[in-house]
Amino acid sequence: MVSRPALLFAALGISGLLLPLVQFKANRIAAGDGINLAAAFAGGAAVTALLGVALLAACHARWPAWLRLAMAVLGMAAITLSLGFAARELSAEAGKLARVAPASGFWLVLTAFALMLADAITRLRLSMPARWLLLGAAILLVAALLGSSILDQVSVKREFAVRREPFLHEARTHLLLAFGSLGLALLAGLPLGVAIFQRPEWRGPVLAVLNILQTIPSLALFGILIPLLGWVAATLPGATRLGVSGIGIFPAMTALFLYSLLPIVSNTVAGLAAVPGPVREAGTGLGMTRGQMLFQVQVPLAMPALLAGMRIVLVQNIGLAVIAGLIGGGGFGTFVFQGLNQTAMDLVLLGALPTIALALLAGIVMDLLVDLSREKGRMP
Amino acid sequence: MIELRGLTRIYDGVPAVDDVSLAVGTGEIATLVGTSGSGKTTLLRMVNRLVVPSAGTVLIDGVDTATIPVHQLRRRIGYAIQGDGLFPHRSVAQNIATVPRLLGWPKAKVDARIDELLDLFQMEPARFRDRMPHQLSGGQAQRVGVARALAARPDLLLMDEPFGALDSVIRAKAQADLRDIQQRLGATIILVTHDIEEAVRLGDRLAVMDRGRILQYDRPARILTAPATPFVRELVGTGERVYRLLSLTAVADIVTEGEAQGSPIGPQTTLRDALAECLWSGRDALPVEGGGIVTLAALRAHASQAPE
Repeated sequence: MVSRPALLFAALGISGLLLPLVQFKANRIAAGDGINLAAAFAGGAAVTALLGVALLAACHARWPAWLRLAMAVLGMAAITLSLGFAARELSAEAGKLARVAPASGFWLVLTAFALMLADAITRLRLSMPARWLLLGAAILLVAALLGSSILDQVSVKREFAVRREPFLHEARTHLLLAFGSLGLALLAGLPLGVAIFQRPEWRGPVLAVLNILQTIPSLALFGILIPLLGWVAATLPGATRLGVSGIGIFPAMTALFLYSLLPIVSNTVAGLAAVPGPVREAGTGLGMTRGQMLFQVQVPLAMPALLAGMRIVLVQNIGLAVIAGLIGGGGFGTFVFQGLNQTAMDLVLLGALPTIALALLAGIVMDLLVDLSREKGRMP
Repeated sequence: MIELRGLTRIYDGVPAVDDVSLAVGTGEIATLVGTSGSGKTTLLRMVNRLVVPSAGTVLIDGVDTATIPVHQLRRRIGYAIQGDGLFPHRSVAQNIATVPRLLGWPKAKVDARIDELLDLFQMEPARFRDRMPHQLSGGQAQRVGVARALAARPDLLLMDEPFGALDSVIRAKAQADLRDIQQRLGATIILVTHDIEEAVRLGDRLAVMDRGRILQYDRPARILTAPATPFVRELVGTGERVYRLLSLTAVADIVTEGEAQGSPIGPQTTLRDALAECLWSGRDALPVEGGGIVTLAALRAHASQAPE
């Protein structure tokens, strides 16, 4: 008996084992040579063999899900530790300028085990508290790994080491952009959604406008906002003092806010519309006022749809906030665009990896919250 | 006493309810029966102003309901609908507590009322209080819906096809329970149904509606025996109405002295069921529990009092 998903993971992982684990470069902008796991450090061959055997063994369908989960975690740990060892050994031989960057092999093996992990978690059908616990444990594990010195010689972490202060600053800006724009969109979008739900004749026009906003490419929207807000700042007295400007965080926040409106407003409307007719009829018939209906019945029942809208916005904005780096808005995008200018891929990764991790984390947490709210307000 | 005076509702120039007047005495059940589109639901919804009348007034104990703020009016009028309309995110207790909480009752009083109602509807409070609506059967959910409507001791209970979503066995039980509870609480009820059987079984008075007008408003026996129009005659069913008439009376009312063979029937059995038992077992008389008999001749005499 062969587990088909596991077969896919094995194919992915084993091709990863055959590809270079790291790129060994003379300096941070030079092209490098690929080095396989087997050749990267003493014992690398043994690790390669072990991981290969594990991936193949997992193809047997009889393995229980919790064992797959353990194997996936061990596999991810093993490939990450191997990256650290390889970087340390190779850097020790070469000079200070040399860089060891993760290469295609590392990413493929990591992906293979990550997929195995996701598959195992789905199969386990964990309870809500267990899922939160698992997420907490995963965060702690990653934090401990990054906090330790194991990965110190890996190129991305060396880029981090010389940019600790700016990195933390840009991280704060990035979070401010993503969560701030979500907050603003909630402040404006929730009342707007409620309003157009109660006045259906406005629904079409409002959603059409928000739809058009959503289709403007992000770079183009930033492009439009720069002269527009620049003009506002220059002509409207007092606007500059309020923070209005053509470049910087203000246009970035504005653009993200505009992109957030459609998911929030349309999900609010969809959530409210999904409240069953008899439930609304009963609420009104029993003597609830409009406000009591809204806050005691409609909003709680619309919560899963609302949270799903917030999930879309959060994941979308964490990614889109990277573009803010282009117009001086800060965030992880700063490193991405600096890296692109210097052709230093390690610096690009320093911006890209935390962005991906953050989006992934936000998606998982919001999914859990959506499920939690579904459990609470079970529809008939 | 509930009085409807000249109630009219016009949609796009067409009257859905056309100049309806009727009165329901305190502690009575009035059933509104008619085909779909007859205006019976619109009429009901004008009583608690879910539909605003185009003309006419509703008086509760002499007070014009249009003078009362609409949400306060509705809190005094119980409202139970088909498919129960329970709030899916609230427990049974929270659902029942809806109107008392809107009225600001103290918590202890609300809790006592919840348990009292659950007991009344034969749902053990400890077991059912904290259940969510999706954990209830159709019959249980319907009972909670009615309990919720009765929670704040309303002057009047409006029911719109309350048993429409139940299967026939559970429906018969729910109807019997409602009758029982209504008698115990002395509640005044207006109930809308399309089922003439249900209207006859539950109503102290029965209003037959067609095209927005009331064709006849009378005691069920009168409606069955003296239908006012051909439409009413057709609705009560020419072939069926004798059975419906018999189902209005219990054998206790026509029991006579005498002896009969076979297993006895209960004194609260309807004449209809007694007739069925006679025919089925091939007997001319049945013994009644507690003494006396009911004869086929007495059943025939009761049925034939219907003047044509």
